[in-house]
Amino acid sequence: MNPTVLRLQGITKRFGPLVANDAISLDLQAGEVLALLGENGAGKSTLMSILFGHYVADEGRIEVFGSPLPPGNPKAALAAGVGMVHQHFTLADNLSVLDNVTMGTEPLWRPVSRRAAARARLLEVAQRFGLPVQPDATIGSLSVGERQRVEILKALYRGARILILDEPTAVLTPQESEALFATLAQMVAQGLSVIFISHKLGEVLRVSQRIAVLRGGKLVAEARTADTTQAQLALWMVGHAVEAPQRRPAKSVGDAVCVLDHVSTASAKDGGQDRLREVSLTLRAGEITAIAGVSGNGQVALAELLSGTRRAVSGSAQFMGRALPPSPARLVQRGVARIPEDRHAVGVVGDLPVWENAVSERLRSPVFSRWSFIVRRAAARLHARRIEKAFDVRGAGLMSPARSLSGGNMQKLILGRALLAPEQVEQDTDNKKYPNRAPRLIVAHQPTWGLDIGAVAYVQQQLIAARDAGAAVLVISDDLDEVLALGDRVAVMHGGHLGEARPAAAWTREAIGLAMAGATAPQRPGAAA
Amino acid sequence: MMRLERRHESSRAALVLAPIGAVVFTLLVSALLVRWAGAPVGRTYALLLQGGFGSVFAWSETLTRAIPLILTGLAATVAFKARLFNIGAEGQLFAGALAAVAVGGMHGGTGFELSPWVLFPLMMLAAAVAGALMLLGPALMKNKLGVDEVVTTLLINFIVLLGVSALLDGPMKDPTAMGWPQSVSLQSDLELGKLIAQTRVHTGLLWAVSLAVIVWAIFKYTVLGFDIRAVGANARAAAFAGVPVTRTVVMVALLSGALAGLAGAIEVAGRTSYVTLDMSPGYGYTGIVIAMLAGLHPLGVIAAGVFVAGVLVGADTMSRAVGVPTYIADVIVAASLIAVLVATLLTQYRVRVTK
Repeated sequence: MNPTVLRLQGITKRFGPLVANDAISLDLQAGEVLALLGENGAGKSTLMSILFGHYVADEGRIEVFGSPLPPGNPKAALAAGVGMVHQHFTLADNLSVLDNVTMGTEPLWRPVSRRAAARARLLEVAQRFGLPVQPDATIGSLSVGERQRVEILKALYRGARILILDEPTAVLTPQESEALFATLAQMVAQGLSVIFISHKLGEVLRVSQRIAVLRGGKLVAEARTADTTQAQLALWMVGHAVEAPQRRPAKSVGDAVCVLDHVSTASAKDGGQDRLREVSLTLRAGEITAIAGVSGNGQVALAELLSGTRRAVSGSAQFMGRALPPSPARLVQRGVARIPEDRHAVGVVGDLPVWENAVSERLRSPVFSRWSFIVRRAAARLHARRIEKAFDVRGAGLMSPARSLSGGNMQKLILGRALLAPEQVEQDTDNKKYPNRAPRLIVAHQPTWGLDIGAVAYVQQQLIAARDAGAAVLVISDDLDEVLALGDRVAVMHGGHLGEARPAAAWTREAIGLAMAGATAPQRPGAAA
Repeated sequence: MMRLERRHESSRAALVLAPIGAVVFTLLVSALLVRWAGAPVGRTYALLLQGGFGSVFAWSETLTRAIPLILTGLAATVAFKARLFNIGAEGQLFAGALAAVAVGGMHGGTGFELSPWVLFPLMMLAAAVAGALMLLGPALMKNKLGVDEVVTTLLINFIVLLGVSALLDGPMKDPTAMGWPQSVSLQSDLELGKLIAQTRVHTGLLWAVSLAVIVWAIFKYTVLGFDIRAVGANARAAAFAGVPVTRTVVMVALLSGALAGLAGAIEVAGRTSYVTLDMSPGYGYTGIVIAMLAGLHPLGVIAAGVFVAGVLVGADTMSRAVGVPTYIADVIVAASLIAVLVATLLTQYRVRVTK
């Protein structure tokens, strides 16, 4: 057996009553990829934060290459050869690759920067591990896959011999993921060790030699990858068997609910990456249209357009035969249910109580306020309680701040707010503006991002149920599995352009991957439409 | 090395102990300064307390001083709740005071000959509108152009004060004031009645308390209150949920400016009866301290306003008796603010010492 390079012994970390890590012991050998598998909140990130010195463990010790690692000191972790690649990159967009890699490695008071030496070293490292880069390209001009490569190089440049990758494939196309796996294989072949954090079973099996599974802060299983199966891993990870949502085809597809015709949006402040260019799309009642694509290719613009928070500059956007109103309040009135990508920053106002968030979209309707001014608190809380019950929102109660909800419960709250029509309260007279009915169009952007398997299944089932009830559903997702699991029709976004929406059966994974990367998507020959 | 870690839940004990700790800290810090000034600490505190709260007269003076402080505290509370950082209450207060005199002053010896039943509401309305308009510009510039309202509102204070100075030496100058830069007096039947005979405390206190209750009710029971809290806590999420963000910020600006403007009018109608440049020793700025001390709770503003007023009034008495400068009052107020902010932080975070 190879020598042990990293040894975690009895790591325990408590946050108040919550035990985030419960006596976790783990060894990492030289030249292996160890996958750390677990749902959100299982304790993966906490454990890695402790290893990297962002948190101090309450109990336990860490040894790197045989010597103990002082707790709570990121610099010591770096010096000991531990490098981390975060899910969200920590790169300066306006600087070159070389600048980003050397940033922070040079002494502040040396009068000249030894750029030539740094460049040579960077190219040498890049060559050794098969990670080709252009040192002088600015980060802003690179694709997401290339940026990740720079992040990895940054760690290697600093002499990392243990590399921690946090959900590295979340932002990659399938092809880019394959390239990453090849890189990892090359790195471990040269004696490096990798900890690969993920909640995707397929890629864990594909990339690792050993797998450790965390659940509820405990290490529940450790196995050689060769000895295990996807089903077994899922069981360990969740603790019980999970039924995948039933993939049923759309029963009856109805009329067009929403029609976009050559719609373009102005470029946002972020350099014009995320905008729509002449996008045409028809969403029909009783059908789920799923949009695949690498994040940052216009999905945000599309979701915001249909959520009322961004305007089109050209083209026509129709909803139920009339112009799509450019305001969230009026969209909700006309029957558009919206599930935003970032539930913490956009979905809820975290500091306000759950009940206020549950009615925030319809607070001005006569059901929840008199003359759109005095809040009918009893009616609002009653409705919040209905959402809590119908969508199984579990937390510290309606009065507690929405921030205190877990990701899954927060998403259920948002889902309930969007989907559950309020009951007629009292003899409410004029309610033309806020008809009490199920939504006609559902716009769901990354509806299951960061949720555990149970919550993912729940959210997907709700979307399918809404479709069967006659709503037009748009799902925008970076997760190809989700696109294929939900979409009756699938279209791919790239560079602000939206490809044709074709029946799911007409696509192969490879074809979607190619289209995500920007190649003109070839249709599978002879595929049934 | 020390670091802050977010507490998973604030414990009940911490929530109770935090304010007590803040008070103890404030008293200790101030005690050091009192010792330094060579006065006995116990006696100094006793005199301060007595001067602020020890008699009917002390209470009447404290409450008189609390009236403008509660109003400017409310102005800051409303604005800060929506994250509109209005530092301009001082200027808005003067704008309100001037507007009140413009409507209700004895220009040409008599002023407008209208029934006080008409003129009094007009006077208050004019003061509220004047204060509100002072803040409307900065609020719109913040919302439409991204101009930092801290800078604009702060700078407008100086413009207003210089403008007031020019007016008091020019068109608004009282010709009978022997050359002092002060405005004409208010018509006497527009002045506010006294709450307690032989003291200065006036019915403006009822205005201040009622307005605090009204602001509290707006926050708690109305759609506008929800909008204000939502925009302040997370403007993006508020906009997504359909809250009209710009309209809310404008409403907040009008409300906050109006409250500060009323503070000026009520000072004129209740205490000074004319405008001078020294009618406010920085009530607008102290209002920010009061709002923070009250944790942006409208009813807490009443208590914080009375506390700060008591310390300021008590310090005058104490200073005369033991010779510690009245600046000690500013130190106490400032130290209590810092202590309360730190204490609040510590209920949410714990400090960890690492090596």
